Amino acid sequence: MNIVVCVKQVPDTSDPDTEVHIDGTGRGVDQSKFSFVINDADNYAVEEAILLKEKHGGEVTVVNIGPEAANQVIRMALAKGGDAAIRLDDEKFAFSDVLATARLLQSAVKDGGFDLIMAGCLASDDGYGAVGVTLAQLLGLPHAAMVKTVEVIDDKKLKVGRELEGGLLEMNEIEMPCVLTIQTGGNEPRYASFKGIREASKKEIKVMDLGATGLAEDQVGEAGSCAIMAQYSVPEVGELAEILEGDPGTTSARLAEILKEKGLV
Amino acid sequence: MGDILVLAEHRQGELREVTLELLTLAGQLGGNVVALLLGSGVDDFAGKIAGYADKVLVVDDPMFANFNGMAYQAALAEIIKSEKPGLVLIGNTGQGMDVIGALAVELGLPFTTDAVAVKMEGDKPEVTRQYYGGKIDGTIDFKDADTYIVGMREAAIPAGEGGKSGEVAKIDNPVTSEITARKFLEYVEAAIGDVDITQSTLLVSVGRGIREDKNMPMMEELAGLMGADISGSRAVVDAGWLPTDRQVGISGKTVKPKLYLALGISGAFQHVTGMKGSDLVVAINKDPDAPIFQYADYGIVDDLLKVVPALIDKLKEMKG
Ligand SMILES: Cc1cc2nc3c(=O)[nH]c(=O)nc-3n(C[C@H](O)[C@H](O)[C@H](O)COP(=O)(O)OP(=O)(O)OC[C@H]3O[C@@H](n4cnc5c(N)ncnc54)[C@H](O)[C@@H]3O)c2cc1C
Ligand SMILES: Nc1ncnc2c1ncn2[C@@H]1O[C@H](COP(=O)(O)O)[C@@H](O)[C@H]1O
Repeated sequence: MNIVVCVKQVPDTSDPDTEVHIDGTGRGVDQSKFSFVINDADNYAVEEAILLKEKHGGEVTVVNIGPEAANQVIRMALAKGGDAAIRLDDEKFAFSDVLATARLLQSAVKDGGFDLIMAGCLASDDGYGAVGVTLAQLLGLPHAAMVKTVEVIDDKKLKVGRELEGGLLEMNEIEMPCVLTIQTGGNEPRYASFKGIREASKKEIKVMDLGATGLAEDQVGEAGSCAIMAQYSVPEVGELAEILEGDPGTTSARLAEILKEKGLV
Repeated sequence: MGDILVLAEHRQGELREVTLELLTLAGQLGGNVVALLLGSGVDDFAGKIAGYADKVLVVDDPMFANFNGMAYQAALAEIIKSEKPGLVLIGNTGQGMDVIGALAVELGLPFTTDAVAVKMEGDKPEVTRQYYGGKIDGTIDFKDADTYIVGMREAAIPAGEGGKSGEVAKIDNPVTSEITARKFLEYVEAAIGDVDITQSTLLVSVGRGIREDKNMPMMEELAGLMGADISGSRAVVDAGWLPTDRQVGISGKTVKPKLYLALGISGAFQHVTGMKGSDLVVAINKDPDAPIFQYADYGIVDDLLKVVPALIDKLKEMKG
């Protein structure tokens, strides 16, 4: 089974020191202090791909649109068991929306004869939750979104569980080749071994620029987009919490008092 | 402006609230509100929806007894082609996210997802979305088109009272061949565990900010002292630090305790949806910009691994 996994590099928003500040253009954020990680859902998609490969054979190809710095997340996926990698990188790709992003991914995978293409169900930075499903339609393939469980029925069909509100699983049968968008929590992403990391550093990452994609300039970036993010702004928020000030001794004492006054402890 | 077509959402014999939210929004935007209901034996839903729409189109066909994203896409594509609405609103839900991008590409229409606010600027929707886990907003600029497709976040706006009484029109299923590439099989309910957190009076709720599994006993000690149950964010459940049935949020449980003590939880909307009905919310988070502080009554901006042990000591003192 030959599998593609789309991996995005995103700022680590779970790190309390990752401050998000809008830059001077109003269309970007200051990335100078970000630490970057693989998008959470993509980490689960990588694991799912490697589990399937271990059980059913085949190869895993990692695809990313990003700058050279994104090699870090690509190499980590290779170290865990990925076989090949493609990175799409051209300044003309800047400001791509969901459609233009999906078109770029399509250009990288369309001739590969893949059985299964996986993306994350949602990227934690822009949160469209739509690239995978859009890619499926561009490729003319069936799709299922927010998949938490994947089982191989035979070499033509999968049984997948889509996770809905309240944790309900909607089980579907789907024909391959197909596109799945993977939800978090369906497996336990492994850590890369030292041997894996060493071997991954020797694997080639194929870089594709606009010319290599075969796409026209007006199919990518802002020109190729149907709905671009035009202007960032600081959200208007309602009343914020009353912040208890002081060192941990002071704040915890104040909190304990409040809870006592309210009859909660 | 053109008509606004709203896709009704239902599951396991229930009309989902997001349908009424979307119809309410459509009513506020002005123009003719057309609801589309795809289902099998759904007359009572049609009646309810009619109170919020100027027209309800119903496709009553066994094909739609259960949701199949690809069947929905096929029906929507045909109906959008014939109805030519100016705007299509679909819930950005487990169902909607399975349809929107593919539908828009099939029709060649501009689209965006997970909108939190929509206004009309002439014939064009002006959409606000959230970025970076809700830390900043962004507005969307669409390419000109006759129809725009917008996925609207669930619970972003409250459902109103309705007050319309649209006609209900049954139409033929425009999808004439069976969808074979994907088949609905069954629903599998979420597992039930030892504690039902929807009934808990006090919840100590932990997020990725607790950092490591080995800090769980500290959280359990705090909960024990308070007589609280433990719940958590999806991140903690994904990591295997808590069982699935302890997850609070849109894909977990909706809780309404007297106290919700959020420790190292950022406050993603998928989480907040499940806890914003709590009486008193206290959040401890190192990041002063964490969205959770927008939903909390009291906050402590500090390292929880320092505050929690101090709080444990205080509570022990109080108990004597
Ligand atoms: C379809 C879908 C459904 C989802 N359903 C749910 C759901 O039901 N429930 C849910 O919770 N999520 C859900 N999510 C995930 C959600 O988007 C967030 O990813 C998740 O809620 C983040 O969990 P968290 O707040 O624990 O972690 P993070 O967002 O990583 O936040 C960790 C926080 O801890 C703070 N922190 C770090 N270290 C410390 C320290 N030492 N002291 C104090 N604070 C610290 C950080 O400042 C940060 O704010 C869903 C996502 C999708 C796509
Ligand atoms: N720049 C990118 N490079 C590789 N994959 C991407 C990129 N952007 C989005 N994706 C994939 O699409 C998924 C969903 O992204 P989104 O629709 O933006 O929430 C991600 O989890 C990735 O798998």
